[in-house]
Amino acid sequence: MKRAARYIIFYSALLALWVILAKLKIWPPYLFPTPWGVAESLYAGFQDHTYLIAIAVSLQRVLLGYAISVVLGMVLGLGISSSKFLEETMGGLLVSLQSLPSICWWPLALLWFGLNQNAILFVVIMGSLLSVTLAMEDGRKQMPKIYSQAGRNLGARGFKMFWYVLLPASLPFIVSGLKQGWAFAWRSLITAEMLYLSLGLGQVLMMGRDLNDMSAVIAVMLLIIAIGYIIDGVVFKAMERHLQNKWGLAPAN
Amino acid sequence: MSARIEPVRPGVPHFSPHLREVGISTHKTQRGAAILELRESPKVSLGEICLSYRTQSGERLLALDHINLQVRAGEFVCIVGPSGCGKSTLLHLIAGLHSPTSGQVRVDGRPVDGPGTDRILIFQDHGLFPWLTVAENVEFGMKMKGLPKAERQEKTRDYLRLVHLAKFEKSYIHQLSGGMRQRVAIARALATEPDVLLMDEPFAALDAQTRDLLHDELERIWSDTGRTIIFVTHNVREAVRLGDRVVLLTFRPGRVKSEFPVSLPRPRSLEDPEVALAAREVLDELRDEINRSLEAEYQDGIKPRIEPGVGA
Repeated sequence: MKRAARYIIFYSALLALWVILAKLKIWPPYLFPTPWGVAESLYAGFQDHTYLIAIAVSLQRVLLGYAISVVLGMVLGLGISSSKFLEETMGGLLVSLQSLPSICWWPLALLWFGLNQNAILFVVIMGSLLSVTLAMEDGRKQMPKIYSQAGRNLGARGFKMFWYVLLPASLPFIVSGLKQGWAFAWRSLITAEMLYLSLGLGQVLMMGRDLNDMSAVIAVMLLIIAIGYIIDGVVFKAMERHLQNKWGLAPAN
Repeated sequence: MSARIEPVRPGVPHFSPHLREVGISTHKTQRGAAILELRESPKVSLGEICLSYRTQSGERLLALDHINLQVRAGEFVCIVGPSGCGKSTLLHLIAGLHSPTSGQVRVDGRPVDGPGTDRILIFQDHGLFPWLTVAENVEFGMKMKGLPKAERQEKTRDYLRLVHLAKFEKSYIHQLSGGMRQRVAIARALATEPDVLLMDEPFAALDAQTRDLLHDELERIWSDTGRTIIFVTHNVREAVRLGDRVVLLTFRPGRVKSEFPVSLPRPRSLEDPEVALAAREVLDELRDEINRSLEAEYQDGIKPRIEPGVGA
C-alpha cells in the first residue's frame, strides 16, 4: 500500500511538472503538448488502428530478430568459451564491437540486403547478438564445472549435454545478458524503423515529426517505453522468479 | 620441496612393506599380496597409473605415481590419504572424467576411455542439478540412456524409496538438507544401474548424526544391490567402518602406501571398539603422510592445475 502511495505521489508530481511547463508556453503548444493532448493522440492512434498495426509489426520484427540472436548467440558463446584460442581472439573482438551502436551497420545492411525488412532484421541482430554471446560465454565460465562433469558421467553427450545440462545450468548466469540483449534489440529496431518506411513504431514516430505533431511523437515514445517495460517486467521477471524458485537463489539485484 | 619429482621404476614398491600382524581382525598386507588373492578377474583394475599436473609456475608436478589397485566385483574399497594425495583425482580417472598421463584404468578388463554409466561418481558437494526436481534428478541418467518414460518413473520411485525420499520427489534440491541431498545423489547414481559406485568424500560436509545414518544406509544399499564401491575419504574411522579394505595413499605424489583388509563383522558402527582399534592402526601409518602434507601446505602455496586437454 505504501509503495502504491509512493508511486502515485511521484507520478502525479511528474505530470504536474509537465502541465506547468506546458502552461508556461515556453514553446508553442504544438511543440510542447499537454498530457491530455498526448492522451488524445494515443486514443486517436488506437482508434484508427495505426498504433495496433505498428505495434504488431514492430513486435513481430523484434521477436524474430531477438530469437535469431539468442540461438546464434548461445551457440557462439558456447563455442567461444570452449576454446581457449577463440576466447582470447574472438572474445576481445566481441567486447570491442559491443561499443559500436548497431545502427552503424545500417548503410551496409541496406547495400547487402536492400531497402527492406531484412536490413532492419540485420540491425536488430547486430544489436543484441553480442550481448547474448558474451553473456553465454561468461555464463558457461561461471557455471560450476560439477554440472557438466555430473552430466557427462550420467551419459549426457552432444546436443543432450547442451540442452539438458549446459543450457539450464548456465541460465541463471545468462539471464541478465539475455535481458540486456532484449533491450538492445528493441532499441536497434526502433532506430532502424525510424530510418525507413516500415509501418513499425519507429516510422509512426517519424510520421509525427513530419506532421509537426509532437503529441503523436510523445504518444509513440510512451508506447515504445511501455512495450519495452512490459516485456522486461513480465517475461524476464517471470523467468527470474522461476529460476529463483528452482535454484533457491536470493532475488537478484 | 614437494614439487621435485623422483623418477620411479614401474612395479617397484616405493615403500618399505612392514609385514607385521596388527589389530584384532585387521591385518595389513603388502601391496602385492592383495592382488595375488584375486583369482577371478578384477572389476576395476588400475595399472601403473601416473598423473602429472602443471603448476602455476609452469613446472610439472607428479600427483599420482604408479598406482596399482585391483578391486573385486562387489567389494567395498575405501581410499584414505591426506589432502593433496590425489585420491579424488583417482576417482575422476576411474570415472573417465580425466585421463591418466600414463597407465591404464580397466573395468571388466576393458580400458576406460571416457565417462560411462557403468561407473557413476558421487561428488562431495553432490553435483545434483538445481533446475530439476528430486525425481527428475534421479531420472536424468535413464533419460540420457533413452529409457521409456513409464519405466523411468517406476524406477525413480523405487530408488527414491530405497533412500527413503519418496515423499520429496517434487522438491527442488535447495529445499533439502545436506544429508537428503546426498541420498538423492546416491539414488541418482544407482538409477543408472552402474556396476561401480565412486564416492568422493560424499559425507564430509555432513554433521555427525546424519553421517552415521548415511553409513548405515549405504551399507544396507551396498549389501542389497551388490555394487562395487570405491569410497574416498580422509576420515580413517569412516573408511574402516565401511570398507572391506582400506587403501592408504601417500602425500604428493600419491602412491599406494599400504592396504588393510578389514574383516570385522557387519553391520558395523563408527563407535565399535574394534573399528576404533583398527582405525588406529591405519592412522599410525597415515600420520607421517598428514604431517608431510601439512609441512608442504605451510611452506609453499602450490596450486596444481589440470593441464588443458585433460578432462573437461
